[in-house]
Amino acid sequence: MDKVVQKAIAKDKRWRAVYIVCGLLIVALTLLMGAFLLYQGSQTFLKAHHSVWEFLFTSDWAPLDKTGMFGGKVGAAIYIVGSLETCLLGLLICLPFAIGSAVFMTEISPKIGEKFFRPATEIYVSIPSVVYGWFGLTKLVPIIRNTFHPKMGGFSVLAASIVLAIMIFPTITTVAADAIKSVPNSYREGAYGLGATRWQVIGKVVLPAASGGILTGVVLGLARAIGEALAVAMVIGKTRSFATSLLSPTSNLTSAIAADMGNTAQGGEYNLALWSMALLLFIISIVLIVLIHKLGNGKKEK
Amino acid sequence: MSREKNKVAIVALVLLAIVTGCVIGSSEADTKGVSGTVNIAGSSALLPLAQTAAKTFMDKNPDSVINTNGGGSGQGLQQVSDGTIDIGNSDLLAEEKLDKKSASKLVDHQVAITAIAPIINKDAGVKSLTTEQLIKVFTGKVTNWKQVGGNDCQIVLVSRPSSSGTRATFEQYALKKHASQSNQSLETDDSGTLIQMIQSVSGSIGYVSLSYLTGDPQVGIVSINGVKPTLKNVYNGKFTVWNYEHMYTKGQPKGAAKAFLQQMLSEEYGKKIEAMGYGVASKLTTAAKATHTK
Repeated sequence: MDKVVQKAIAKDKRWRAVYIVCGLLIVALTLLMGAFLLYQGSQTFLKAHHSVWEFLFTSDWAPLDKTGMFGGKVGAAIYIVGSLETCLLGLLICLPFAIGSAVFMTEISPKIGEKFFRPATEIYVSIPSVVYGWFGLTKLVPIIRNTFHPKMGGFSVLAASIVLAIMIFPTITTVAADAIKSVPNSYREGAYGLGATRWQVIGKVVLPAASGGILTGVVLGLARAIGEALAVAMVIGKTRSFATSLLSPTSNLTSAIAADMGNTAQGGEYNLALWSMALLLFIISIVLIVLIHKLGNGKKEK
Repeated sequence: MSREKNKVAIVALVLLAIVTGCVIGSSEADTKGVSGTVNIAGSSALLPLAQTAAKTFMDKNPDSVINTNGGGSGQGLQQVSDGTIDIGNSDLLAEEKLDKKSASKLVDHQVAITAIAPIINKDAGVKSLTTEQLIKVFTGKVTNWKQVGGNDCQIVLVSRPSSSGTRATFEQYALKKHASQSNQSLETDDSGTLIQMIQSVSGSIGYVSLSYLTGDPQVGIVSINGVKPTLKNVYNGKFTVWNYEHMYTKGQPKGAAKAFLQQMLSEEYGKKIEAMGYGVASKLTTAAKATHTK
């Protein structure tokens, strides 16, 4: 009997060690990647002596593409603005639908929600982004082209935002639905007991109580949106200028990196500037995550 | 408990089998043909050609392994210079990307030539442009096709990323070193997508290498100064928008890499290269070569 217990404890310890090693490995990997990005991305400023101001706030983009040659222009504002505007617009388009669907499948019609709606939404998460991009290129862009007849043939901020909205919809919806579901039933019963209508219960009790979880969904969605390269690249037009309207094309960080990384000479100014853009993306995602975590915690403490 | 041990034993056996299989596989020296591994990476324009060539080579020499990868000209040059791959594919001369010291150690093999043709959406109604008109179109000086003898239709530029070798060649030879207007053109890093954009966007114009136009691409192919972009016109020197495709090795190639390059440059394989829409450097006339001296 004693032996069995000892064996069980030993096994327990062994597995614990395995999990700890796995966990540490992931943490170390993340830190290493961060350190690597920080090193590579800072070369634009340290080695090629460009100012951070020039990189972030000017739009003159003409880096030199030869190993060890510096002196071009690395203003990446067009790409930065392109990334931010498509993501935020995508989020704006997506949020009402996502929260509406989450409420529908948990509060309004849980049966259909659980049996049909949730599995259907979850399938969308696993669709590769190239499929979304292809859909955008072959269906969405022509629709925009034929409806609005914009000058550049439908490749636009609008198309990119809609593609992103569709891509992040399942993430936000499922996370929000989980959050709404985990709101204790006593809250609802209490509110109904006070004579609140269903609409009031959902809007004034359930959603505020679930806001922390919903914000987590928003972060996850934004993180996917800001890092998405392929689908956006296929519909945004990649024109190197600020978008003058929703219907005009622009470019963004990810598609610029994806388009030029392989062709540029390593250690050249162009290559370094692309690394800085990657570093910026990394920082943006970290800031977003920290920011919204803080927001979520603040709400919870109330 | 014993079941668990069994599992571990099975996993260990499988791993052992895989490892020994690999070792035996790679050390087994057959006398037939050439053996060895050649890693190739770089230019995406050259990739389809490298892939077909690799397949042909491996069919003839079953003991050899040729790995082909894209990644872009910059990657190809860098990696061959670092010694991580055996052959680096590039659209550009090594001197244009690498510093002098690294470039001087690389040996250039001009395996093919790529001609680049302007392609145009059929709504534009233009079949031929002079160099001057082409420059005006791509620098944004004219914005409607009727200004260069076409239909009343807005011009939409579709271009490749600024680091692209195809774009560099097009700007150097078709636009006479004028940079095309980046802030007014759509951009795509994939020639297949570019053709699709030209098909669908009214009044659009772009450029792709001839190897992408071997089927029926459903786009108009523009003649420059009345000269059609064909391999024949490239060879006789009339059509000048082309460049050499380079396969670089660090020092003189040896073993399988040498045999592979010999196959690429053989006359027999040249026919296959031409069937894929690329040109063969050995067929260039002196007049054609004269347009591309440094």
